[in-house]
Amino acid sequence: MSAEELGFDPTLKKKKKKVVSEAPSASASPAPEKESLDDLFAGAKKKKKKTKAKKEATDDNDNTDELTESFEGLKLKKKKKKKGSKASESADFEKALAAAGVQEEDSGKLYDERQKETFIPYITLLDRFYDVLREKNPEMAGGQHQKLKIPPPEVARDGNKKTVFVNVQVIAHVLQRNPEHLIQYLFAELGTSGSIDGEKRLVIKGRFQAKNIESVLRRYIQEYVICKTCKSMNTELKRESTNRLHFIVCKACGSTKSVSSIKTGYQAHIGANRRKRV
Amino acid sequence: MSNIQNLKSFDPFADSGDVETQPTNYIHIRIQQRNGRKTLTTVTGVPEEYDLKKILKVLKKDFACNGNIAKDPEVGSVIQLQGDQRLKVMQFLVKQLGMQKKNIKIHGF
Ligand SMILES: [Zn+2]
Repeated sequence: MSAEELGFDPTLKKKKKKVVSEAPSASASPAPEKESLDDLFAGAKKKKKKTKAKKEATDDNDNTDELTESFEGLKLKKKKKKKGSKASESADFEKALAAAGVQEEDSGKLYDERQKETFIPYITLLDRFYDVLREKNPEMAGGQHQKLKIPPPEVARDGNKKTVFVNVQVIAHVLQRNPEHLIQYLFAELGTSGSIDGEKRLVIKGRFQAKNIESVLRRYIQEYVICKTCKSMNTELKRESTNRLHFIVCKACGSTKSVSSIKTGYQAHIGANRRKRV
Repeated sequence: MSNIQNLKSFDPFADSGDVETQPTNYIHIRIQQRNGRKTLTTVTGVPEEYDLKKILKVLKKDFACNGNIAKDPEVGSVIQLQGDQRLKVMQFLVKQLGMQKKNIKIHGF
């Protein structure tokens, strides 16, 4: 819109920064290995910034998109990339190993040859770095958090008036939440009650479709699972015994945020109870 | 006893009276299933200064549904409407009564 608004846009600032940090890395790419290693870290920072800026620019919409992705069980983007560069990576690694071996045996003799062999293109080094990073520390890789694969809710009808939510336990487990907490939320949001049957499935009073349950699940995830700081779903819900508050503790970035407890809210007395109660 | 007047003049933790900082008074719009396909929409947390009876009258006419006002010891007066009127109620509250969307919470599926 207006120029003023653009000026306040945090993404713009980030972009500017990025351009600045890009310049040295580009010029230094053909430099010796030590320096290019430093560059790799600079590159990591740079990439992170980029993705962060992207994240910030696309807010809640993006979030729900990600949820959709995880519900549909899409494969990780990272994995695809990994496959492509795997072959070249191992080859490079062998090369590097061989070079290192040579270096230890006789340092001065094969100097020229070694230099020829140790030259690895910057891009390959970068790929290798990211592969290692992803393997050892997936949360850090490019700021791209690991996408949880949430199975779609399986819903069955129990007679005419009840709905069975078959895989509550599995979903609660994937979300790293106590099933009871999730169930409490479901009941509060759907304005109903229910029970757990012998197979640990959830029997809900009332008729609900899978898409209904899914939309409630989405809201649960938004409110009680996703880290508000880094949008990771790898979080824990902890209860502080001193103040009886619940906190989301992020396993990716370590941030904590308090969340409100689940309130059932007002429930109208329906049917036979209605007249007796008042 | 502190006699330092300066410190008494301003309490940073005092209630500023700013509505923005008190998100507790949400208006909740909920849905409940009744027998069969029938549903019930409940609206709680509408500020006391509004005349609920008048609102209900307009809502009933606008949405062509029945409704009533229930008294609840915890949340006060509750507007109940037959059917799923959640989105329509929210639009009404925002457009006709000038309430802020962020203070309205819609529950349910
Ligand atoms: Zn986090």
